[in-house]
Amino acid sequence: MEPRPRSFYILSAFFMLFILFLYGPTITIGILSFQGEGGGLTFPMRGVSLYWFYDLFEQQAVGDIWGSFRRSFVLGLMVMVVTVVVSVMGGLAFRRNFPGSDILFYLIITSLVIPSILISLGVGLLFSRSGLDVHWSTSGFGSQLTWTLPFGLLIMFAVFNRFDKSFEEAARDLGATPWQTLRHVVLPIIAPSLIGVALFGFTLSYDEFARTLLTSGSYNTLPLEIYGMTTNVTSPVLYALGTLTTVFSLVIIGVFLCVALIAGRRRARQGSDAGKGGI
Amino acid sequence: MVSPLAAILLIFLVLPIILIVIVSFWRATEFSIIPAFEFDNYAFLFGSSVTYTVFFNTFKYALITWVCTLLTGFTVAYYLAFHIRSLTWQIALFLLCTIPFWTSNIIRMISWIPFLGRNGIANSTLMSWGAIDEPIEWLLFSDFAVILAFVHLYTLFMVVPIFNTMMRIDKSLIEAARDAGANGAQILWNVIIPLTKPGIMIGTIFVVTLVMGDFITVRFMSGSQSANVGRLISNDIALLQYPSASATAIVLLLTVLITIGILLRFVDIRKEL
Repeated sequence: MEPRPRSFYILSAFFMLFILFLYGPTITIGILSFQGEGGGLTFPMRGVSLYWFYDLFEQQAVGDIWGSFRRSFVLGLMVMVVTVVVSVMGGLAFRRNFPGSDILFYLIITSLVIPSILISLGVGLLFSRSGLDVHWSTSGFGSQLTWTLPFGLLIMFAVFNRFDKSFEEAARDLGATPWQTLRHVVLPIIAPSLIGVALFGFTLSYDEFARTLLTSGSYNTLPLEIYGMTTNVTSPVLYALGTLTTVFSLVIIGVFLCVALIAGRRRARQGSDAGKGGI
Repeated sequence: MVSPLAAILLIFLVLPIILIVIVSFWRATEFSIIPAFEFDNYAFLFGSSVTYTVFFNTFKYALITWVCTLLTGFTVAYYLAFHIRSLTWQIALFLLCTIPFWTSNIIRMISWIPFLGRNGIANSTLMSWGAIDEPIEWLLFSDFAVILAFVHLYTLFMVVPIFNTMMRIDKSLIEAARDAGANGAQILWNVIIPLTKPGIMIGTIFVVTLVMGDFITVRFMSGSQSANVGRLISNDIALLQYPSASATAIVLLLTVLITIGILLRFVDIRKEL
């Protein structure tokens, strides 16, 4: 190997600073959430305790953290499933031109770039004007889809642009029906990207604040609950909640990565032995 | 195949926008909103000096954040794509950058309090070094804090598309440039940057629209001391002034769409996917 140029070391230092910038604050509130009972929002630590975590698990004066967590989780799963299914269908459809495909494409881009508060305002108005109740599982669900679907679709477009169509032709030549081709050829090939779409769908929904603000009705989702806490709670219990939700997000990413890994292994084991010289 | 997609976008994107346009012409009293067709909301909006200040603020935040995220994002992506030699390390370091993205934005904002507060880490460090005598007040709840939070939240939206396009650059082009006698800076300027332009544009679209539409970061990090258009809208909503919120929303939407339209002239998104 050729020796590293000097710029490599400068850029490495820059990269490390960047990582520190990204992680530093979060790690700090992680440490501060173990603040002692008399401690405040900043250093110094007055002892180390789990006091603020206990406080979180006790009945809160401000609201219903666990109820909102449950709602956010269910909503995240709903959004995830719909995002995956609709993105795959949309991705498949966009492989050839259909009437209105340009308009739909620009709608997807609009959906991605439109300020979240407009969706919140518009969907809220739509539901109240048509006499429907805003609820996290109806209006909140729909307004979150306007944010997760563009991400899912952009990933699917990228996947299908690199998709080798000869696999499908081979399946067709062997007499597979369109559904069999999709089920046994296309879906297994794009499966790893689907895990990515699912991860996007779940976490974008789970953290979404602005689009749920006016559309979730009287039952809050977790980000709304946290937002409420930031305005009226000034104790490290806020940090304890932050630490817990961050740990939870990391667990979710871990689960998705494990699923991807296991799926990959299984595929490798059950994969074709063509070209390997076995009988 | 596309009907579910079309239906969702129709109900939750197109109809709401149409409704906002309609409501923006309505009249609001203190107690209710009345269907009407009048330009009062727009007249009030454009007649108020607050509007111009707030739009100016919005562009200011967008521009400064864009410059900061672009410089940081480009440098990080460049380092990962051209200085890290093994694919495994590239992926590992890339994942390291993306992990913070998956945790809640509001939590990430809160996490600046112990750093920037009056008795925070930054102030106490500077004081112990003797660099300052008393705490700097403008670290938290200021424009500085707002832009810092934006850069913290959104740099990743620059890193990902730029890294993605850089990884697709044919390395032989760089070798050819080097063989032809170009130095590092020339290669960067004449080969890498032009080929990375689509990624830069996509990242720009993300950052600019997220910053322009934001209302929560500005509110939280400025301690309610500055405003952008998003906050103007959310304040109106809080006061149940839906018609005037709608009018502001439509002006914001047009501003964002025009900005995106200009940016899209530089890149064909469909081709780049």
